[in-house]
Amino acid sequence: MTTPLLGRLAALAAAPAPPGSPAGAPDTAPEVLADRPDGTVVRRGRTVAKAHAPDGDPHELAARLRIAAHPLLHGILLPPLPVTAPDGLLALTGDGRALTRWPYGSPVPPDDPDAAPWEDAARLLARLHTTDPGQLPGPVPPMRGPAKAARALARLRAAPVPADGPRAAPGPPPAAAAAVERAWSLLPPWARGEAPPPRAATLCHGDLHLGQLVRHPAPDGRWLLIDIDDLGLGDGAWDLARPAAWFATGLLDPGIWTRFLAAYRAAGGPAVRPAGDPWPDLEIPARALTVQTAALAVAKAAGAARRLDEAEQAMVDACARMVPPPRQLAPAGPVVG
Amino acid sequence: MQCPKCHAPMHTYNRNGVQIEQCAGCRGIFLDYGELEALSRLESQWMQQPPPPPAPQAYPAAPAWGAPHQGHHGHHQSHHGHHGHHRSFGHMLFSS
Repeated sequence: MTTPLLGRLAALAAAPAPPGSPAGAPDTAPEVLADRPDGTVVRRGRTVAKAHAPDGDPHELAARLRIAAHPLLHGILLPPLPVTAPDGLLALTGDGRALTRWPYGSPVPPDDPDAAPWEDAARLLARLHTTDPGQLPGPVPPMRGPAKAARALARLRAAPVPADGPRAAPGPPPAAAAAVERAWSLLPPWARGEAPPPRAATLCHGDLHLGQLVRHPAPDGRWLLIDIDDLGLGDGAWDLARPAAWFATGLLDPGIWTRFLAAYRAAGGPAVRPAGDPWPDLEIPARALTVQTAALAVAKAAGAARRLDEAEQAMVDACARMVPPPRQLAPAGPVVG
Repeated sequence: MQCPKCHAPMHTYNRNGVQIEQCAGCRGIFLDYGELEALSRLESQWMQQPPPPPAPQAYPAAPAWGAPHQGHHGHHQSHHGHHGHHRSFGHMLFSS
């Protein structure tokens, strides 16, 4: 615990458990679970405290916290713990950064993708997507997936050396950056965060990956979704699009993708047609997630002055193969429904 | 040859290598010595055949910009090699 922020989070995580909850663990040493520009998480026993991204909107985050705490999301989203502050579920640091408290949950073991809870993830998404937003404390903010994709492109453009810089210099390989930019330009405005999505009636997670699942209570409770920073109304296909992109780029085993998709459909998930080829529904979000992942990979590799690794290169290669999407996949205007 | 029952002419057919005489009038069938046993043997062989192997699982639908895959040869062979050698993929699974 070196910085004031980590100290503040450690103190927040050590705050007494609310009345009625199981007795808190004896005072344990704080452990930093994550410390990135977009989020810092400190664990202390059964409780974690999170500092959210400094540029987030606290009002939208408060709305997302109220949704996560709502009984309709019980068994789907990990509910927040009250913060001992007048703000209820969140506190603000002196410089306006939002802090929240959560029960600790056990994450997915990182070493075996085959053993990850793919079906549980799919069923949780299906339940999330069939939650009636009209029953939730509103206003429900927009899902931030497309905004995150745009942010990834901004990060690529801000990488140490411009894509058109001298070849000898470290920085994004010009061909990789150009392939990502070209694939980005082929996306419809809504997928770039520049227009409302054509389908915006579904409550979405907005940033699904295997780090967004925990078992609560640890270590063997039911699987729940965590990280509500991008939660909101949008196209539910966005939540399926990262596994779809992993499969399409040849990284995720086709059998796992098939299991994931089948579990989502069997649970009544509405984001893809119930049978047959799901790609008309997935095409645009999966392209966007592929471009987002490739953009971040190229930017990170440039920042570390290293080459793209195999998985990162697969994402860039997929961008290079993209041609303009079929017309019917890029609707002209928003459709309510 | 004439049918022993209605005396109409009989026609010879070959069924799985067994000669069968069938009456053109009453459709009755006449088997030579040993031919019934031959048919029974054929029948039991057919019954004992193992069921046809299940069709190989189709490769799931994929977009045109997707990576080339082993496709029609099935993905079982590729199950471990396909993504297993992408060691960096493990990190990608857990990051935004």
